Amino acid sequence: MSATLATPPAATPAAAPDEPALQARGLRVWYGQSLALKDIDLDIPRHRITALIGPSGCGKSTLLRCFNRMNDLIADARMEGDVRFDGESIAGPKVDAVSLRRRIGMVFQKPNPFPKSIYNNIAWGARINGYRGDMDELVERSLRRAALWDEVKDKIHRSGLDLSGGQQQRLCIARTLAVEPEVILMDEPCSALDPISTARVEDLMDDLKDDYTIVIVTHNMQQARRVSNMTACLMPDVDAVGGHRTGVLVEFSPTDLLFTNPKDPRTEAYITGRIG
Amino acid sequence: MSGGASADHFRPHRRLRTLAGPIFGAACLLATLTGVVVLAVLMLAIVAAALSGGPEAGAFDVGGAARELASLLGRLVSGRQSSDPARAGYHAGVVSSLWLLGLTAAIGIPAGVGAGVFLEEYMPAGRLRRIIQTNIANLAGVPSVVYGILGLALFVRAFGVPGLALGPSLLAGALTLSLLILPTIVITTQEALRTVPPSLRQAALALGATRWQVVSGHVLPAALPGIMTGTILGLSRAIGETAPLLMVGAAGSLLRAPRGPLDRYTALPVEIYNYAKEPDRAFQPVAAGGILILVALLLTMNAVAIVIRNRFRRRR
Ligand SMILES: Nc1ncnc2c1ncn2[C@@H]1O[C@H](COP(=O)(O)OP(=O)(O)OP(=O)(O)O)[C@@H](O)[C@H]1O
Ligand SMILES: [Mg+2]
Repeated sequence: MSATLATPPAATPAAAPDEPALQARGLRVWYGQSLALKDIDLDIPRHRITALIGPSGCGKSTLLRCFNRMNDLIADARMEGDVRFDGESIAGPKVDAVSLRRRIGMVFQKPNPFPKSIYNNIAWGARINGYRGDMDELVERSLRRAALWDEVKDKIHRSGLDLSGGQQQRLCIARTLAVEPEVILMDEPCSALDPISTARVEDLMDDLKDDYTIVIVTHNMQQARRVSNMTACLMPDVDAVGGHRTGVLVEFSPTDLLFTNPKDPRTEAYITGRIG
Repeated sequence: MSGGASADHFRPHRRLRTLAGPIFGAACLLATLTGVVVLAVLMLAIVAAALSGGPEAGAFDVGGAARELASLLGRLVSGRQSSDPARAGYHAGVVSSLWLLGLTAAIGIPAGVGAGVFLEEYMPAGRLRRIIQTNIANLAGVPSVVYGILGLALFVRAFGVPGLALGPSLLAGALTLSLLILPTIVITTQEALRTVPPSLRQAALALGATRWQVVSGHVLPAALPGIMTGTILGLSRAIGETAPLLMVGAAGSLLRAPRGPLDRYTALPVEIYNYAKEPDRAFQPVAAGGILILVALLLTMNAVAIVIRNRFRRRR
């Protein structure tokens, strides 16, 4: 396979290239008393794009937040089971969530640039992580990578909030790239964008996947088909008690397979628009 | 209702609604005017009282009256305490109040903002936090004399522990005033922090920021205008207080202005009060002039705060 031959650059020299970047085993997440995710077993392949699809409220964002420990911020959220990053467990209080989050970046559903200049939006993350190189160069490189440089190069010191929604989202992506993560988690990054900006972000993901592992949550089946290599379909558990929705993973396969020949009837119903 | 469509379930009450808006607006305007009118009358009355001292000033001689007022204020700011109304002034009080202001700010602001940040950003939500929260809210309503008693026991006498008692010094007064304004600053700091959107914190944390980096880099700067407002409110209250300072030993008569934090002190409102209760009517303009000085001090503080706040807003 070409994937094994074209060994990725030295981002993670220790990890074998065919070992999954992220692994979830028997993962359960509670919000207080209610079980939001149940028994998730999932291997996110390295340097690939993995899409998470499923109806609203089935726990896609919850699953994404397990990978960079953002659920820690939710007071009554509780995680059970094992999540591994490069083969090392990231669950539990002993793991340093702060340094984990630098290696696993996140782009949010709603663009959330800092109320600072475009330049500082990008430089801040690098600065707090002790970046020693040429900051101007890093800012330009990150903005170019996010396909935003040409639009903002003349107003780099204007506020990031003055940009359009689509530009703000690309600024957030550039900000994430600037701290040089290994994995990028994207929670519906295009839901607030027009088709042109969406196409830009998709091109960008395609461009990034050689160097990064990308996990994207999307409600857009076409987008999942266009950009991802693997697709995981989550569904609310049918026999959950009292009308409560607990998310389960119903299918995880290569994207073209999942969309042309779904194994699970629930996946088929969802992707053909009969659920959700 | 004319009874148009049979399935019409809406009763728009348009007349009522179009009336309700303007009525409400007018009521709010009236409420606003109450404050403005009271303030205007108050200022006029004080200026008139301050001017009434000069018997030779004509009733409608505005220019002369203003000059009179200016020279009165100049004399009051530089003059010492005196039993002679023609020479009495507020020098010691003004200097003491400025000292108190500076020391109270230096003690109260870090303590109050720090407590607010801790409660809002660091402390996990739970029983303990709720208890502390309720306590602070209650403290905000405690009468200021009570703080005076507390300050007397805690700072002036230090429960009789020898080396710790500060005596009736500026520092003891400032510590007492800091306690007094602490709840205001804590609560407004928390309110200001709460207005910072969680998405901002998440964005910073997702980049691998520590909590301190998130707070110092984004949350505090975003909340600063609100924190400033609370701080200024608190300090304005502190500088106008008399009762707690009387309890912790502000001197009724002080000839020499304090030079250091351990010196004896008085305060502008204390001196105003003392002049105002003199039986000799010639002291009335002195008291009124003192109030003008106090008001001027407060307005200056507010103006400075607004300037700083606007500058900070613009920079972001
Ligand atoms: N902070 C929270 N506190 C309590 N319950 C939560 C919280 N966040 C999510 N949940 C619950 O967990 C379940 C999964 O939510 P999640 O946000 O992961 O869904 P999702 O698949 O991302 O949905 P969407 O597609 O609408 O974004 C929902 O039932 C939701 O009510
Ligand atoms: Mg979601």
